[in-house]
Amino acid sequence: MNNLKVILNGIVKENPTFVLLLGMCPTLGTTSSAINGMSMGLATMAVLIFSNLLISLIKNLVPDMVRIPCYIVVIASLVTILQMCMQAFVPDLYATLGLFIPLIVVNCIILGRAEAFAAKNGPIASMCDGIGIGIGFTLALTLLGSVRELLGTGKIFNLALVPEDYGMLVFVLAPGAFIALGYLIAIVNRIKKA
Amino acid sequence: MKKLESSFKNMAIVLTLISVMAGGVLAWVNQVTEGPIAQIKEENLAKAIKAVLRADEVKVSQVETLDEGSIAYVTDKGMAIQTASTGFGGELQVLVGFDEQGCIKGYSVLEHAETPGLGAKAGTWFQEGSKGNIIGRNPGDAPLTVSKDGGDVDAITASTITSRAFLKAVNQAYELYKKNVEQK
Repeated sequence: MNNLKVILNGIVKENPTFVLLLGMCPTLGTTSSAINGMSMGLATMAVLIFSNLLISLIKNLVPDMVRIPCYIVVIASLVTILQMCMQAFVPDLYATLGLFIPLIVVNCIILGRAEAFAAKNGPIASMCDGIGIGIGFTLALTLLGSVRELLGTGKIFNLALVPEDYGMLVFVLAPGAFIALGYLIAIVNRIKKA
Repeated sequence: MKKLESSFKNMAIVLTLISVMAGGVLAWVNQVTEGPIAQIKEENLAKAIKAVLRADEVKVSQVETLDEGSIAYVTDKGMAIQTASTGFGGELQVLVGFDEQGCIKGYSVLEHAETPGLGAKAGTWFQEGSKGNIIGRNPGDAPLTVSKDGGDVDAITASTITSRAFLKAVNQAYELYKKNVEQK
């Protein structure tokens, strides 16, 4: 398959948040502001690219019946390595992102892509899939975060657009996440059909 | 290459090998990053002590470990107390600086696991010029409490539990400060 097509596929046709509805827990939990959503998306993308690459490399060495435990060990190790390296070498970034990193282990997008794509395709295509799904996830989370931040506090990326007093607090809290996500999915589906 | 068959032997060997390799790599990364992480923590603490005591240069003359993991840093510019309480998402570690009268000079949240966008705002919410300003207050006059509990500190919007935990830690720091001063 064409690698560019694989990347585009992850962003539009198989967007993890709006189409596959994968990884709902971090999606709803971390998108209370645009910057948080984007951070979570980028951190997930970094792990996704490496986990897809590694898993496509070892796919033939792993017997089918133990593949899930093997993948989980690989993914959990990757996340831990990422966390330790960030903590040691980019502490400023870790201060903002640190809270989200352990959440990536339980993100089913990573395991889902390992199963659905990396276990069936070559390393290059798998990395492209990681990039595509990662970008798709980042865009979706940033969009959701922006909507929630704007409705909840009147800001986007901490840039005040509307005075904070007009913000609807519910959108910063969990129920607002469900409402905003539902409307966004509906809008995306409408656009795709047109 | 053909896929390995799912025989018991193969499965056991592969899973063991992968786990051992993962363990080895993690141990190695841990060794490499341990030093820098400890150093950064130390630097951050030094920075936080300077920040809470509002001084560019602070000489720590004495570090005392108090009960339940709290630490007192006695310096030439006042005393900073590090203490913890349980917040909404886990332990909330704060460092509070006091002047000679026991007024709060400054504070810093060292470690927390509060919700991003809500409780995580504790690091700025209670600073000078913000809504929940506690700088310059003396917890000795009356313990700091949020307005919901009859106090006069504005809690972080939608994060009352974090705010309560934070103020509890600050009050606790004051108690430790007072005890420490009286001993001398």
